[in-house]
Amino acid sequence: MGQGMKRFEYQEARTVRQAISMLQRYGDSARIVAGSTDFLVRWRAGVWNPEQVINIQRVAGLSRITYSSRNGLRIGALVTVRTLEQHPTVRRRYPALAAAAASFAGVQVRNLATVGGNICNASPSGDTIPALLVFGAECKIAGPDGERWVALDQFFKGPGQTVLENDELLVEIRVPPPPRNTGSHYIKHSPRGAMDIATVGVASLISLDGRRGPCSEVRIALGAVAPTPIRAYSAEEMLRGQGIGQELIQTAANAARDGVRPIDDIRGSAEHRKEIVGVLTRRTLEQALISAARGPLNFEEQRRLTVQAAF
Amino acid sequence: MKKQLNITVNGEPQQVLVEPYYSLLDTLRDELYLTGTKKGCDEGDCGACTVLLNGKPVCSCLVLAHAAHDSEVTTIEGVANGQELHPVQQAFVEHGGLQCGYCTPGIILSTVGFLESGEEPTEENIKHALGGNLCRCTGYSKVIESVLVAVKATGKGTE
Repeated sequence: MGQGMKRFEYQEARTVRQAISMLQRYGDSARIVAGSTDFLVRWRAGVWNPEQVINIQRVAGLSRITYSSRNGLRIGALVTVRTLEQHPTVRRRYPALAAAAASFAGVQVRNLATVGGNICNASPSGDTIPALLVFGAECKIAGPDGERWVALDQFFKGPGQTVLENDELLVEIRVPPPPRNTGSHYIKHSPRGAMDIATVGVASLISLDGRRGPCSEVRIALGAVAPTPIRAYSAEEMLRGQGIGQELIQTAANAARDGVRPIDDIRGSAEHRKEIVGVLTRRTLEQALISAARGPLNFEEQRRLTVQAAF
Repeated sequence: MKKQLNITVNGEPQQVLVEPYYSLLDTLRDELYLTGTKKGCDEGDCGACTVLLNGKPVCSCLVLAHAAHDSEVTTIEGVANGQELHPVQQAFVEHGGLQCGYCTPGIILSTVGFLESGEEPTEENIKHALGGNLCRCTGYSKVIESVLVAVKATGKGTE
């Protein structure tokens, strides 16, 4: 063991109830892991120092993913990012989400990493989050007194900070069925095409009232440009209810760009990030509009447009 | 405190005593002396430590050893059939899919996992499947070429 690392005890929970009672017992000295793709790295770096590690990977019933046209998509918190990427219904009905999953790290990480873990880590750059935000995802949280629901856009409080109490567990993500004539797209800009986090990630969704519009709903979500993933509400307002064309998309993209206050870091300066927000907002809106009118791209095409590595 | 871990590695049931903080990678290398699996970055960026966990490629440096209890692991030592190389290994040897060789065990396991995944083995899908494996020598062209040969050799192509 190197410097800064502290020994921990390892336990497994097999049921949600058991996980919660362990959390009640250990409070803030416990850390939940599932795929553990972030845990060992942060522990080795001395960033996370729990006394108890509670592995929920084998909790029964949380690895299911189901879809119904009435209730939409139900994603158990332990569904892996790889499963999300490969799921035929996700590819067909939630293309931005399948593409975002495909842009996430590499196969070796996606086979381990869970959707619940990506959300609970609350990284500003978490790849599944902007896509889940534009589809209006909601989180089912289990605690000692039962369950509660929190909209995903209310779930984050800051980098690594969520509304979860220290005895609560995210158990399911529910994503409503998108209306007819809906298109969506996600673009991730990062230095490397795999195993890297986003410099900026943008997801957009457009629903049209009929194939020619006007736009009945629009959502734009931005990753890696604020303490949490955020919606670009002012840009959305410019498009909602309008007949959307190239000029209006550009105006909205500019508004998204001007509305963010990103930071400088190793992946890019604040100014660079702002410009990328403008460009990616425009591109994702353009693709979402095309898909809303003509139907979704096939997965390979969508993925080609999503993963854009550039220095 | 070390606790017992039951795990099947390359078809052999193993019982090892490991600390709670051991990774699967350290367990394979330091406890089971299977040093074919390489440690590159130890933070899930390079793919050198890729093994198959219940048939799927994973970065073994990210997996808590105890989380893998009662699982099946395949490392590079378990890929060949005795003295007979796996078709993927054979293709890499014959088509120069390696130079220094450090990343090769991970790339072989990613390739074996990809060929078993049922994904259509197009060049683009191969590149995505190997996106998590860094190689500093080959420039990747020979790697992709070797995988395409392995696709044919294993009859996974869809021509």
